[in-house]
Amino acid sequence: MEALAVRGLVKRYKNGVEALKGVDLDVHEGDFFALLGPNGAGKSTLIGICTSLVTKTAGSVSVFGHDLDSDLEAAKACIGVVPQELNLNQFETPETIVVNQAGFYGIPRRVARERAEKYLTKLSLWDKRNKMTRTLSGGMKRRLMIARALVHEPRLLILDEPTAGVDIEIRRSMWEFLRELNAAGTTIILTTHYLEEAESLCRNIAIIDRGRIAESDRMDRLLLKLHTESFVLSLRETTSVVPSVPGYDLRLLDPHTLEVEVSKDRDLNDLFARLSADGVHVITMRNKVNRLEEIFMRLVDKSGAAA
Amino acid sequence: MSAGFASVRWIGFQTIVMREFGRILRIWGQTIVPSAVTAALYFVIFGSLIGRRIGQMDGVDYMQYIAPGLIMMAVITNAYANVSSSFFGAKFQRFLEEISVSPQPNWVIIAGYVGGGVLRGLLVGLAVTVISLIFTHLPIHHLFLTLAAVLLTAVIFSLAGFINGVFAKNFDQVNWIPTFILTPLTYFGGVFYSINLLPDWARALSFANPVLHMVNAFRYGFLGRADVHVGFAFAIMTLSALVLFVIALWLMKRGTGMRD
Repeated sequence: MEALAVRGLVKRYKNGVEALKGVDLDVHEGDFFALLGPNGAGKSTLIGICTSLVTKTAGSVSVFGHDLDSDLEAAKACIGVVPQELNLNQFETPETIVVNQAGFYGIPRRVARERAEKYLTKLSLWDKRNKMTRTLSGGMKRRLMIARALVHEPRLLILDEPTAGVDIEIRRSMWEFLRELNAAGTTIILTTHYLEEAESLCRNIAIIDRGRIAESDRMDRLLLKLHTESFVLSLRETTSVVPSVPGYDLRLLDPHTLEVEVSKDRDLNDLFARLSADGVHVITMRNKVNRLEEIFMRLVDKSGAAA
Repeated sequence: MSAGFASVRWIGFQTIVMREFGRILRIWGQTIVPSAVTAALYFVIFGSLIGRRIGQMDGVDYMQYIAPGLIMMAVITNAYANVSSSFFGAKFQRFLEEISVSPQPNWVIIAGYVGGGVLRGLLVGLAVTVISLIFTHLPIHHLFLTLAAVLLTAVIFSLAGFINGVFAKNFDQVNWIPTFILTPLTYFGGVFYSINLLPDWARALSFANPVLHMVNAFRYGFLGRADVHVGFAFAIMTLSALVLFVIALWLMKRGTGMRD
Protein backbone atom coordinates (compact mmCIF):
# COMPACT_ATOMS: atom_id res chain seq x y z
CA MET A 1 0.00 0.00 0.00
CA GLU A 2 1.09 3.59 -0.64
CA ALA A 3 1.65 5.53 2.54
CA LEU A 4 1.38 8.70 0.46
CA ALA A 5 0.07 9.08 -3.07
CA VAL A 6 0.17 12.52 -4.64
CA ARG A 7 -1.34 13.14 -8.08
CA GLY A 8 -1.18 16.29 -10.21
CA LEU A 9 -0.70 18.53 -7.20
CA VAL A 10 -0.78 22.23 -8.00
CA LYS A 11 -0.44 25.15 -5.59
CA ARG A 12 -0.83 28.69 -6.78
CA TYR A 13 -0.56 31.33 -4.06
CA LYS A 14 -2.63 34.52 -4.06
CA ASN A 15 0.41 36.53 -5.16
CA GLY A 16 0.55 34.42 -8.33
CA VAL A 17 3.54 32.27 -7.32
CA GLU A 18 3.07 28.71 -8.52
CA ALA A 19 4.85 26.69 -5.84
CA LEU A 20 3.80 23.27 -7.19
CA LYS A 21 3.24 22.65 -10.90
CA GLY A 22 1.64 19.22 -11.08
CA VAL A 23 3.54 17.01 -8.65
CA ASP A 24 3.13 13.21 -8.72
CA LEU A 25 4.73 11.26 -5.91
CA ASP A 26 4.42 7.81 -4.32
CA VAL A 27 5.85 6.81 -0.97
CA HIS A 28 5.48 3.13 -0.12
CA GLU A 29 4.47 1.87 3.29
CA GLY A 30 7.52 1.24 5.48
CA ASP A 31 9.79 3.40 3.34
CA PHE A 32 12.39 5.87 4.55
CA PHE A 33 11.99 8.53 1.90
CA ALA A 34 14.03 11.64 1.22
CA LEU A 35 12.41 14.70 -0.32
CA LEU A 36 15.14 17.06 -1.37
CA GLY A 37 15.23 20.36 -3.14
CA PRO A 38 16.78 23.81 -2.94
CA ASN A 39 15.15 26.59 -0.92
CA GLY A 40 11.85 27.63 -2.47
CA ALA A 41 11.58 24.41 -4.51
CA GLY A 42 8.16 23.55 -3.06
CA LYS A 43 9.06 20.98 -0.38
CA SER A 44 7.37 22.76 2.52
CA THR A 45 4.32 23.60 0.40
CA LEU A 46 4.01 19.92 -0.55
CA ILE A 47 4.29 18.88 3.10
CA GLY A 48 1.89 21.65 4.12
CA ILE A 49 -0.75 20.34 1.72
CA CYS A 50 -0.25 16.73 2.86
CA THR A 51 -0.74 17.81 6.47
CA SER A 52 -3.69 20.15 5.67
CA LEU A 53 -1.85 23.30 6.67
CA VAL A 54 -1.93 24.64 3.13
CA THR A 55 -4.90 24.55 0.76
CA LYS A 56 -4.14 22.97 -2.60
CA THR A 57 -5.19 24.54 -5.89
CA ALA A 58 -5.63 21.26 -7.78
CA GLY A 59 -4.73 17.58 -7.62
CA SER A 60 -5.22 14.89 -5.03
CA VAL A 61 -3.43 13.49 -1.99
CA SER A 62 -4.20 10.25 -0.22
CA VAL A 63 -2.63 8.87 2.94
CA PHE A 64 -2.82 5.09 3.37
CA GLY A 65 -5.76 5.14 0.95
CA HIS A 66 -7.62 7.95 2.76
CA ASP A 67 -8.25 10.82 0.36
CA LEU A 68 -7.66 14.26 1.84
CA ASP A 69 -10.81 15.62 0.18
CA SER A 70 -13.26 12.87 1.12
CA ASP A 71 -11.72 11.24 4.20
CA LEU A 72 -9.73 14.04 5.83
CA GLU A 73 -9.99 13.02 9.48
CA ALA A 74 -8.85 9.44 8.85
CA ALA A 75 -5.97 10.71 6.71
CA LYS A 76 -4.87 13.19 9.39
CA ALA A 77 -4.98 10.50 12.07
CA CYS A 78 -2.28 8.57 10.14
CA ILE A 79 0.20 11.46 9.98
CA GLY A 80 2.66 12.93 12.45
CA VAL A 81 4.51 16.03 11.35
CA VAL A 82 7.63 17.83 12.52
CA PRO A 83 7.60 21.21 10.80
CA GLN A 84 10.62 23.16 9.71
CA GLU A 85 9.83 26.20 11.87
CA LEU A 86 9.46 25.98 15.63
CA ASN A 87 5.75 25.97 16.47
CA LEU A 88 5.68 25.33 20.19
CA ASN A 89 3.71 27.15 22.85
CA GLN A 90 6.60 28.84 24.64
CA PHE A 91 4.59 29.15 27.86
CA GLU A 92 3.81 25.48 28.31
CA THR A 93 5.99 22.66 29.58
CA PRO A 94 7.15 19.81 27.31
CA GLU A 95 4.98 17.32 29.17
CA THR A 96 1.86 19.49 28.81
CA ILE A 97 2.54 20.03 25.11
CA VAL A 98 2.93 16.32 24.39
CA VAL A 99 -0.04 15.25 26.56
CA ASN A 100 -2.27 17.90 24.94
CA GLN A 101 -1.20 16.80 21.47
CA ALA A 102 -2.28 13.26 22.34
CA GLY A 103 -5.63 14.72 23.42
CA PHE A 104 -6.10 16.34 20.02
CA TYR A 105 -5.83 12.85 18.55
CA GLY A 106 -8.43 11.50 20.98
CA ILE A 107 -5.99 9.63 23.24
CA PRO A 108 -7.25 9.41 26.84
CA ARG A 109 -5.27 11.36 29.46
CA ARG A 110 -3.83 8.31 31.26
CA VAL A 111 -2.45 6.77 28.05
CA ALA A 112 -1.28 10.21 26.91
CA ARG A 113 0.81 10.62 30.09
CA GLU A 114 2.41 7.18 29.61
CA ARG A 115 3.27 7.95 26.02
CA ALA A 116 4.59 11.40 26.89
CA GLU A 117 6.98 9.77 29.36
CA LYS A 118 8.00 7.16 26.77
CA TYR A 119 8.81 9.60 23.97
CA LEU A 120 10.24 12.38 26.13
CA THR A 121 12.56 9.78 27.68
CA LYS A 122 13.56 8.39 24.27
CA LEU A 123 14.41 11.90 23.11
CA SER A 124 16.31 12.71 26.32
CA LEU A 125 13.83 15.34 27.48
CA TRP A 126 12.16 13.66 30.45
CA ASP A 127 14.25 15.57 32.97
CA LYS A 128 13.11 18.80 31.28
CA ARG A 129 9.42 17.88 31.30
CA ASN A 130 8.43 20.59 33.80
CA LYS A 131 10.58 23.40 32.37
CA MET A 132 8.96 26.16 30.36
CA THR A 133 9.53 25.46 26.68
CA ARG A 134 10.99 28.92 26.11
CA THR A 135 13.91 27.98 28.38
CA LEU A 136 14.91 24.94 26.27
CA SER A 137 17.78 25.05 23.78
CA GLY A 138 17.13 24.95 20.03
CA GLY A 139 18.08 21.27 19.82
CA MET A 140 15.77 20.40 22.70
CA LYS A 141 12.89 22.21 21.05
CA ARG A 142 13.47 20.24 17.84
CA ARG A 143 13.45 16.97 19.81
CA LEU A 144 10.30 18.08 21.61
CA MET A 145 8.60 18.58 18.25
CA ILE A 146 9.55 15.00 17.33
CA ALA A 147 8.14 13.65 20.63
CA ARG A 148 4.96 15.65 20.02
CA ALA A 149 4.61 14.27 16.48
CA LEU A 150 5.03 10.70 17.73
CA VAL A 151 2.69 10.70 20.70
CA HIS A 152 -0.25 9.38 18.67
CA GLU A 153 2.08 6.79 17.09
CA PRO A 154 1.45 7.77 13.47
CA ARG A 155 1.92 5.35 10.58
CA LEU A 156 3.52 8.14 8.53
CA LEU A 157 6.00 10.56 10.06
CA ILE A 158 6.94 13.64 8.04
CA LEU A 159 10.04 15.49 9.15
CA ASP A 160 10.76 18.84 7.55
CA GLU A 161 14.44 19.53 8.25
CA PRO A 162 14.36 18.05 11.75
CA THR A 163 18.09 18.37 12.38
CA ALA A 164 18.55 21.97 11.26
CA GLY A 165 20.66 23.75 13.85
CA VAL A 166 21.22 20.60 15.89
CA ASP A 167 24.78 19.69 16.92
CA ILE A 168 26.48 16.63 15.42
CA GLU A 169 26.19 14.41 18.50
CA ILE A 170 22.47 14.97 18.87
CA ARG A 171 21.97 14.68 15.12
CA ARG A 172 23.60 11.23 15.15
CA SER A 173 21.43 10.10 18.05
CA MET A 174 18.34 11.40 16.23
CA TRP A 175 19.36 9.40 13.15
CA GLU A 176 19.62 6.29 15.27
CA PHE A 177 16.20 6.94 16.78
CA LEU A 178 14.65 7.49 13.33
CA ARG A 179 16.21 4.26 12.04
CA GLU A 180 14.65 2.39 14.99
CA LEU A 181 11.26 3.94 14.29
CA ASN A 182 11.45 3.01 10.64
CA ALA A 183 12.56 -0.53 11.48
CA ALA A 184 9.49 -0.79 13.74
CA GLY A 185 7.26 -0.03 10.76
CA THR A 186 6.78 3.74 10.68
CA THR A 187 6.99 5.20 7.20
CA ILE A 188 9.22 8.27 7.26
CA ILE A 189 9.49 11.17 4.83
CA LEU A 190 12.47 13.40 5.48
CA THR A 191 13.43 16.71 3.98
CA THR A 192 16.89 17.95 4.79
CA HIS A 193 19.67 20.16 3.55
CA TYR A 194 22.23 17.69 4.92
CA LEU A 195 22.54 15.38 1.93
CA GLU A 196 24.81 13.06 3.89
CA GLU A 197 21.83 12.59 6.23
CA ALA A 198 19.52 11.65 3.35
CA GLU A 199 22.10 9.31 1.83
CA SER A 200 22.71 7.61 5.14
CA LEU A 201 19.07 7.17 6.20
CA CYS A 202 16.83 6.96 3.15
CA ARG A 203 16.10 4.15 0.72
CA ASN A 204 14.14 6.18 -1.82
CA ILE A 205 14.43 9.75 -2.88
CA ALA A 206 12.68 12.48 -4.83
CA ILE A 207 14.29 15.72 -5.84
CA ILE A 208 11.93 18.62 -6.30
CA ASP A 209 12.92 21.81 -8.03
CA ARG A 210 10.86 24.82 -9.07
CA GLY A 211 7.63 23.02 -8.19
CA ARG A 212 8.33 19.88 -10.22
CA ILE A 213 9.78 16.48 -9.38
CA ALA A 214 13.14 16.49 -11.13
CA GLU A 215 13.98 12.90 -10.15
CA SER A 216 12.41 10.11 -8.12
CA ASP A 217 14.18 6.80 -7.67
CA ARG A 218 15.80 4.35 -5.28
CA MET A 219 18.77 5.93 -3.54
CA ASP A 220 21.25 3.28 -4.75
CA ARG A 221 19.98 3.52 -8.33
CA LEU A 222 20.20 7.29 -8.26
CA LEU A 223 23.78 7.20 -6.99
CA LEU A 224 24.68 4.83 -9.84
CA LYS A 225 23.58 7.52 -12.25
CA LEU A 226 26.56 9.56 -11.17
CA HIS A 227 28.91 9.03 -14.11
CA THR A 228 31.83 10.96 -12.69
CA GLU A 229 33.06 11.73 -9.22
CA SER A 230 35.44 14.45 -8.11
CA PHE A 231 38.16 13.73 -5.58
CA VAL A 232 40.59 15.96 -3.75
CA LEU A 233 44.12 14.55 -3.35
CA SER A 234 46.65 15.80 -0.79
CA LEU A 235 50.24 15.47 -1.99
CA ARG A 236 53.34 14.66 0.03
CA GLU A 237 55.58 17.10 -1.90
CA THR A 238 54.65 20.46 -3.31
CA THR A 239 54.36 20.83 -7.05
CA SER A 240 53.78 23.71 -9.42
CA VAL A 241 53.06 21.54 -12.45
CA VAL A 242 49.81 19.71 -13.07
CA PRO A 243 50.69 16.06 -13.74
CA SER A 244 49.50 14.91 -17.12
CA VAL A 245 47.59 11.63 -16.87
CA PRO A 246 45.67 10.71 -20.04
CA GLY A 247 41.97 9.98 -19.37
CA TYR A 248 41.85 11.98 -16.12
CA ASP A 249 41.04 15.64 -15.74
CA LEU A 250 43.46 16.97 -13.11
CA ARG A 251 43.61 20.47 -11.65
CA LEU A 252 46.02 21.96 -9.18
CA LEU A 253 44.15 23.70 -6.34
CA ASP A 254 47.32 24.68 -4.48
CA PRO A 255 50.92 23.33 -4.47
CA HIS A 256 49.84 20.54 -2.05
CA THR A 257 46.41 19.72 -3.48
CA LEU A 258 45.13 18.21 -6.69
CA GLU A 259 41.53 17.80 -7.83
CA VAL A 260 40.60 15.03 -10.21
CA GLU A 261 37.38 14.05 -11.94
CA VAL A 262 37.13 10.30 -12.45
CA SER A 263 34.55 8.76 -14.73
CA LYS A 264 32.80 5.48 -13.77
CA ASP A 265 34.66 3.51 -16.51
CA ARG A 266 38.05 4.36 -15.00
CA ASP A 267 39.56 3.06 -11.80
CA LEU A 268 41.56 4.81 -9.11
CA ASN A 269 44.35 2.14 -9.04
CA ASP A 270 45.28 3.14 -12.55
CA LEU A 271 45.38 6.83 -11.59
CA PHE A 272 47.55 6.22 -8.52
CA ALA A 273 49.92 3.97 -10.49
CA ARG A 274 50.46 6.69 -13.10
CA LEU A 275 50.89 9.42 -10.48
CA SER A 276 53.45 7.26 -8.64
CA ALA A 277 55.31 6.68 -11.89
CA ASP A 278 55.51 10.48 -12.28
CA GLY A 279 56.83 10.83 -8.73
CA VAL A 280 53.62 12.31 -7.32
CA HIS A 281 52.74 10.72 -3.97
CA VAL A 282 49.21 10.99 -2.61
CA ILE A 283 48.88 10.88 1.17
CA THR A 284 45.13 11.36 1.60
CA MET A 285 42.06 11.43 -0.61
CA ARG A 286 38.46 12.58 -0.11
CA ASN A 287 35.33 13.17 -2.17
CA LYS A 288 35.09 16.78 -3.26
CA VAL A 289 31.41 16.75 -2.32
CA ASN A 290 29.01 14.10 -1.07
CA ARG A 291 27.89 11.85 -3.96
CA LEU A 292 24.23 12.71 -3.46
CA GLU A 293 25.13 16.37 -3.36
CA GLU A 294 26.86 16.01 -6.71
CA ILE A 295 23.76 14.45 -8.30
CA PHE A 296 21.53 16.97 -6.57
CA MET A 297 23.52 19.91 -7.92
CA ARG A 298 23.55 18.48 -11.45
CA LEU A 299 19.79 17.83 -11.44
CA VAL A 300 18.98 21.22 -10.03
CA ASP A 301 21.35 22.95 -12.50
CA LYS A 302 19.80 20.99 -15.38
CA SER A 303 16.30 21.83 -14.26
CA GLY A 304 17.29 25.49 -13.91
CA ALA A 305 18.76 25.57 -17.39
CA ALA A 306 15.61 24.00 -18.86
CA ALA A 307 13.32 26.51 -17.13
CA MET B 1 -20.46 8.86 12.93
CA SER B 2 -18.73 5.96 14.67
CA ALA B 3 -18.29 5.78 18.44
CA GLY B 4 -14.52 6.02 17.83
CA PHE B 5 -14.79 9.37 16.11
CA ALA B 6 -17.22 10.62 18.79
CA SER B 7 -14.69 9.73 21.48
CA VAL B 8 -11.82 11.38 19.56
CA ARG B 9 -13.90 14.56 19.26
CA TRP B 10 -14.97 14.59 22.89
CA ILE B 11 -11.41 14.13 24.13
CA GLY B 12 -10.21 16.78 21.65
CA PHE B 13 -12.86 19.24 22.87
CA GLN B 14 -11.95 18.58 26.51
CA THR B 15 -8.26 19.05 25.73
CA ILE B 16 -8.80 22.45 24.11
CA VAL B 17 -11.04 23.63 26.99
CA MET B 18 -8.60 22.36 29.62
CA ARG B 19 -5.70 24.04 27.83
CA GLU B 20 -7.65 27.30 27.80
CA PHE B 21 -8.55 26.85 31.46
CA GLY B 22 -4.87 26.28 32.26
CA ARG B 23 -4.01 29.49 30.43
CA ILE B 24 -6.70 31.47 32.32
CA LEU B 25 -5.34 30.26 35.65
CA ARG B 26 -1.68 30.68 34.64
CA ILE B 27 -2.17 34.36 33.85
CA TRP B 28 -4.93 35.05 36.40
CA GLY B 29 -3.46 38.50 37.02
CA GLN B 30 -4.45 39.39 33.45
CA THR B 31 -7.56 37.26 33.04
CA ILE B 32 -9.52 37.46 36.32
CA VAL B 33 -8.28 40.29 38.50
CA PRO B 34 -8.59 43.40 36.25
CA SER B 35 -12.33 42.96 35.61
CA ALA B 36 -13.00 42.33 39.29
CA VAL B 37 -11.08 45.49 40.25
CA THR B 38 -12.84 47.55 37.56
CA ALA B 39 -16.25 46.27 38.72
CA ALA B 40 -15.43 47.15 42.32
CA LEU B 41 -14.50 50.69 41.20
CA TYR B 42 -17.76 51.03 39.27
CA PHE B 43 -19.72 49.94 42.32
CA VAL B 44 -17.91 52.40 44.56
CA ILE B 45 -18.06 55.40 42.21
CA PHE B 46 -21.25 54.95 40.20
CA GLY B 47 -23.16 52.86 42.68
CA SER B 48 -22.20 54.16 46.10
CA LEU B 49 -21.06 57.76 45.50
CA ILE B 50 -23.07 58.96 42.48
CA GLY B 51 -25.82 56.33 42.83
CA ARG B 52 -26.98 57.76 46.15
CA ARG B 53 -27.82 61.03 44.41
CA ILE B 54 -29.58 59.24 41.56
CA GLY B 55 -31.80 57.27 43.92
CA GLN B 56 -33.88 54.83 41.94
CA MET B 57 -33.81 53.72 38.32
CA ASP B 58 -36.82 51.98 36.80
CA GLY B 59 -38.27 51.49 40.27
CA VAL B 60 -35.23 49.85 41.91
CA ASP B 61 -32.22 51.09 43.85
CA TYR B 62 -29.55 52.36 41.38
CA MET B 63 -26.83 50.10 42.77
CA GLN B 64 -29.12 47.11 42.32
CA TYR B 65 -30.08 48.34 38.84
CA ILE B 66 -26.49 48.50 37.51
CA ALA B 67 -25.29 45.24 39.10
CA PRO B 68 -26.62 42.86 36.37
CA GLY B 69 -25.26 45.19 33.67
CA LEU B 70 -21.80 45.31 35.27
CA ILE B 71 -21.74 41.52 35.58
CA MET B 72 -22.74 41.22 31.93
CA MET B 73 -20.13 43.78 30.88
CA ALA B 74 -17.44 41.67 32.54
CA VAL B 75 -18.75 38.51 30.87
CA ILE B 76 -18.82 40.16 27.44
CA THR B 77 -15.33 41.67 27.53
CA ASN B 78 -13.69 38.59 29.06
CA ALA B 79 -15.34 35.99 26.84
CA TYR B 80 -14.36 38.05 23.81
CA ALA B 81 -10.82 38.83 24.94
CA ASN B 82 -10.07 35.26 25.93
CA VAL B 83 -10.85 33.74 22.56
CA SER B 84 -9.50 36.54 20.37
CA SER B 85 -6.17 36.75 22.18
CA SER B 86 -5.73 33.01 22.74
CA PHE B 87 -6.58 32.08 19.15
CA PHE B 88 -4.47 34.87 17.69
CA GLY B 89 -1.62 33.95 20.08
CA ALA B 90 -1.76 30.34 18.88
CA LYS B 91 -1.70 31.57 15.29
CA PHE B 92 1.12 34.04 15.98
CA GLN B 93 3.33 31.47 17.71
CA ARG B 94 2.21 28.89 15.12
CA PHE B 95 1.18 26.29 17.70
CA LEU B 96 -2.34 26.45 16.28
CA GLU B 97 -0.82 23.93 13.83
CA GLU B 98 -0.92 21.38 16.66
CA ILE B 99 -4.70 21.31 16.35
CA SER B 100 -4.84 22.03 12.62
CA VAL B 101 -2.92 18.85 11.74
CA SER B 102 -4.97 16.72 14.15
CA PRO B 103 -8.13 14.88 13.10
CA GLN B 104 -10.38 17.33 14.95
CA PRO B 105 -13.09 18.80 12.71
CA ASN B 106 -13.43 22.57 12.59
CA TRP B 107 -16.59 22.66 14.68
CA VAL B 108 -14.80 20.94 17.57
CA ILE B 109 -11.94 23.45 17.39
CA ILE B 110 -14.42 26.34 17.45
CA ALA B 111 -16.41 24.69 20.27
CA GLY B 112 -13.22 24.17 22.29
CA TYR B 113 -12.11 27.79 22.02
CA VAL B 114 -15.66 29.01 22.70
CA GLY B 115 -15.75 26.69 25.73
CA GLY B 116 -12.61 28.43 27.02
CA GLY B 117 -14.13 31.87 26.42
CA VAL B 118 -17.38 30.91 28.17
CA LEU B 119 -15.41 29.52 31.09
CA ARG B 120 -13.46 32.74 31.56
CA GLY B 121 -16.58 34.88 31.04
CA LEU B 122 -18.46 32.92 33.71
CA LEU B 123 -15.51 32.88 36.12
CA VAL B 124 -15.10 36.65 35.91
CA GLY B 125 -18.90 37.10 35.97
CA LEU B 126 -19.00 35.08 39.18
CA ALA B 127 -16.20 37.19 40.68
CA VAL B 128 -18.08 40.41 39.81
CA THR B 129 -21.31 38.94 41.21
CA VAL B 130 -19.57 38.23 44.51
CA ILE B 131 -18.24 41.82 44.59
CA SER B 132 -21.70 43.20 43.76
CA LEU B 133 -23.13 41.29 46.73
CA ILE B 134 -20.83 43.32 48.99
CA PHE B 135 -22.56 46.48 47.79
CA THR B 136 -26.14 45.43 47.17
CA HIS B 137 -28.71 42.69 47.44
CA LEU B 138 -29.47 40.77 44.22
CA PRO B 139 -32.77 38.91 44.15
CA ILE B 140 -33.28 36.10 41.60
CA HIS B 141 -36.53 36.62 39.75
CA HIS B 142 -36.04 33.83 37.22
CA LEU B 143 -32.99 31.57 37.65
CA PHE B 144 -33.25 29.76 34.32
CA LEU B 145 -33.51 33.00 32.30
CA THR B 146 -30.59 34.49 34.22
CA LEU B 147 -28.37 31.52 33.46
CA ALA B 148 -29.57 31.22 29.85
CA ALA B 149 -28.89 34.91 29.21
CA VAL B 150 -25.37 34.87 30.64
CA LEU B 151 -24.48 31.62 28.89
CA LEU B 152 -25.80 32.74 25.49
CA THR B 153 -24.03 36.09 25.81
CA ALA B 154 -20.75 34.38 26.70
CA VAL B 155 -21.14 32.08 23.68
CA ILE B 156 -21.94 34.99 21.34
CA PHE B 157 -18.94 37.05 22.37
CA SER B 158 -16.64 34.06 22.42
CA LEU B 159 -17.65 33.38 18.82
CA ALA B 160 -17.16 37.05 17.94
CA GLY B 161 -13.71 36.92 19.57
CA PHE B 162 -12.92 33.79 17.59
CA ILE B 163 -13.76 35.55 14.32
CA ASN B 164 -11.61 38.50 15.37
CA GLY B 165 -8.75 36.10 16.14
CA VAL B 166 -9.11 34.46 12.73
CA PHE B 167 -8.86 37.77 10.85
CA ALA B 168 -6.27 39.47 13.07
CA LYS B 169 -2.81 39.84 11.56
CA ASN B 170 -1.24 41.59 14.56
CA PHE B 171 -2.00 42.34 18.21
CA ASP B 172 -3.37 45.81 17.32
CA GLN B 173 -6.12 44.15 15.35
CA VAL B 174 -6.99 42.02 18.38
CA ASN B 175 -7.46 45.17 20.49
CA TRP B 176 -9.12 47.34 17.86
CA ILE B 177 -12.64 45.87 17.99
CA PRO B 178 -12.92 45.72 21.83
CA THR B 179 -11.79 49.35 22.08
CA PHE B 180 -13.74 50.93 19.27
CA ILE B 181 -16.81 48.70 18.92
CA LEU B 182 -17.35 46.49 21.95
CA THR B 183 -16.86 49.12 24.66
CA PRO B 184 -19.21 51.72 23.08
CA LEU B 185 -21.85 49.04 22.42
CA THR B 186 -21.65 47.94 26.05
CA TYR B 187 -21.75 51.45 27.51
CA PHE B 188 -24.73 52.34 25.31
CA GLY B 189 -26.29 48.93 25.99
CA GLY B 190 -28.29 49.97 29.06
CA VAL B 191 -25.73 48.95 31.66
CA PHE B 192 -25.97 52.25 33.56
CA TYR B 193 -29.37 53.60 32.54
CA SER B 194 -32.82 52.68 31.35
CA ILE B 195 -33.41 53.55 27.71
CA ASN B 196 -36.77 54.99 28.79
CA LEU B 197 -34.76 58.07 29.83
CA LEU B 198 -33.63 58.63 26.24
CA PRO B 199 -35.33 60.71 23.53
CA ASP B 200 -37.29 58.68 20.99
CA TRP B 201 -34.60 58.64 18.28
CA ALA B 202 -31.93 57.47 20.72
CA ARG B 203 -34.23 54.83 22.15
CA ALA B 204 -35.02 53.53 18.65
CA LEU B 205 -31.30 53.47 17.86
CA SER B 206 -30.59 51.58 21.08
CA PHE B 207 -32.86 48.75 20.01
CA ALA B 208 -30.41 48.00 17.19
CA ASN B 209 -27.69 47.39 19.79
CA PRO B 210 -27.59 43.65 20.54
CA VAL B 211 -25.91 44.27 23.91
CA LEU B 212 -29.04 46.13 25.09
CA HIS B 213 -31.10 42.95 24.63
CA MET B 214 -28.54 40.79 26.42
CA VAL B 215 -28.18 43.13 29.40
CA ASN B 216 -31.93 43.51 29.73
CA ALA B 217 -32.64 39.78 29.45
CA PHE B 218 -30.07 39.23 32.21
CA ARG B 219 -31.46 42.06 34.33
CA TYR B 220 -34.94 40.59 33.90
CA GLY B 221 -33.66 37.29 35.30
CA PHE B 222 -32.53 39.08 38.48
CA LEU B 223 -34.97 41.96 38.95
CA GLY B 224 -37.95 41.04 36.78
CA ARG B 225 -37.55 44.34 34.89
CA ALA B 226 -36.44 44.94 31.31
CA ASP B 227 -36.57 47.71 28.71
CA VAL B 228 -37.06 45.16 25.93
CA HIS B 229 -39.31 42.19 25.25
CA VAL B 230 -37.47 39.30 26.89
CA GLY B 231 -38.68 36.71 24.37
CA PHE B 232 -37.45 38.91 21.52
CA ALA B 233 -34.12 39.38 23.32
CA PHE B 234 -33.59 35.61 23.55
CA ALA B 235 -34.57 35.19 19.90
CA ILE B 236 -31.93 37.79 18.92
CA MET B 237 -29.31 36.12 21.10
CA THR B 238 -30.00 32.64 19.72
CA LEU B 239 -29.96 33.93 16.15
CA SER B 240 -26.72 35.87 16.75
CA ALA B 241 -25.04 32.78 18.18
CA LEU B 242 -26.11 30.67 15.21
CA VAL B 243 -25.04 33.24 12.61
CA LEU B 244 -21.65 33.78 14.28
CA PHE B 245 -21.06 30.02 14.54
CA VAL B 246 -21.82 29.55 10.84
CA ILE B 247 -19.45 32.41 9.95
CA ALA B 248 -16.70 30.95 12.16
CA LEU B 249 -17.18 27.53 10.58
CA TRP B 250 -17.04 28.98 7.09
CA LEU B 251 -13.85 30.92 7.86
CA MET B 252 -12.22 27.78 9.25
CA LYS B 253 -13.22 25.79 6.18
CA ARG B 254 -11.73 28.47 3.93
CA GLY B 255 -8.62 28.60 6.10
CA THR B 256 -8.87 32.38 6.31
CA GLY B 257 -5.84 33.83 8.06
CA MET B 258 -4.39 30.33 8.50
CA ARG B 259 -3.95 28.51 5.21
CA ASP B 260 -3.72 31.56 2.92
